[in-house]
Amino acid sequence: MNPAEKSRGMSTTYAVYVVIMTMAVFQVLFAFEAGPSLPLMLMLAVLQASLAVMYFMHLGQERPSLVLALIPYTIFIFFMMNMIWSDSVRLLHMRPH
Amino acid sequence: MSHANVAVESHAAGVMEERPFAIPSSKLVMWLFIISDAVTFGAILFAYGYVRNASADWPTPFEAPSIWNALLMTFILVTSSLTVLLSLRAAQTDDRRGAFNWMLVTAAGGTLFAILHLREWMSLIREGVRLFQNPWGAPLFGATFFSITGLHMAHVLAGVIALVVVALSYRAGRHTAKHIEIVSLYWHFVDVVWMFVVPLLYLMNMKH
Repeated sequence: MNPAEKSRGMSTTYAVYVVIMTMAVFQVLFAFEAGPSLPLMLMLAVLQASLAVMYFMHLGQERPSLVLALIPYTIFIFFMMNMIWSDSVRLLHMRPH
Repeated sequence: MSHANVAVESHAAGVMEERPFAIPSSKLVMWLFIISDAVTFGAILFAYGYVRNASADWPTPFEAPSIWNALLMTFILVTSSLTVLLSLRAAQTDDRRGAFNWMLVTAAGGTLFAILHLREWMSLIREGVRLFQNPWGAPLFGATFFSITGLHMAHVLAGVIALVVVALSYRAGRHTAKHIEIVSLYWHFVDVVWMFVVPLLYLMNMKH
């Protein structure tokens, strides 16, 4: 790896680091000012995680077949887990208040 | 060509088969471990969501000092992800001393993270939070909080041990940049999990 490649690679990494930390600070400040909003908090967490996976873990530089073998499967599992919500709401309504 | 030659050639062809996804097998195994571990963390975070949603009196005990402490822990963990990348970059350019030092800086970051987390735990325990009781409301708050953060902290401590072992082996010449890359994948994963723990466990349970 020549010095130019090394410098270019790390400058992207530094930029991603700054963006991830900025989002973390925004999350906290927003929660203090407006109260925690689950959709916004989750969206920022997914963005942070995606940046970390693509640039820190370099998944973006691997073969697309590796990405296709790992990511859709994981997302599918997380979608399937959403089946629990209806039951948790049912449980809430069964509670004596 | 004899049957024996055919058998040897076909065996050699099998041995020389292209590596899956053009990455070393050890790296593929680490990716598969990360995916399975991500699903484990996903399952306990969903279980926490289930219990929280089903409880009418879920406590929201975290005040500003706890939230700033969580942000400081985020800063330390994300920065340690950066330092492990600096270690990998140094290893790829044969800077053994630099790679070793950055690995130790990363391990120190992980240790500091664990100390801050234990401080947070002790503060909650002093306030009366236990696994199945707390002074504020739904008794399962303690079980979900300590289980999720405890599993994450176990990953951090395992990562610190792995970082130190690989750093020492790398300095001794037994390990290469490939091994640093694999342990760095694990370390980034610990960081990624924390990105979900902070908003779901701390910010959503913030006193307001």
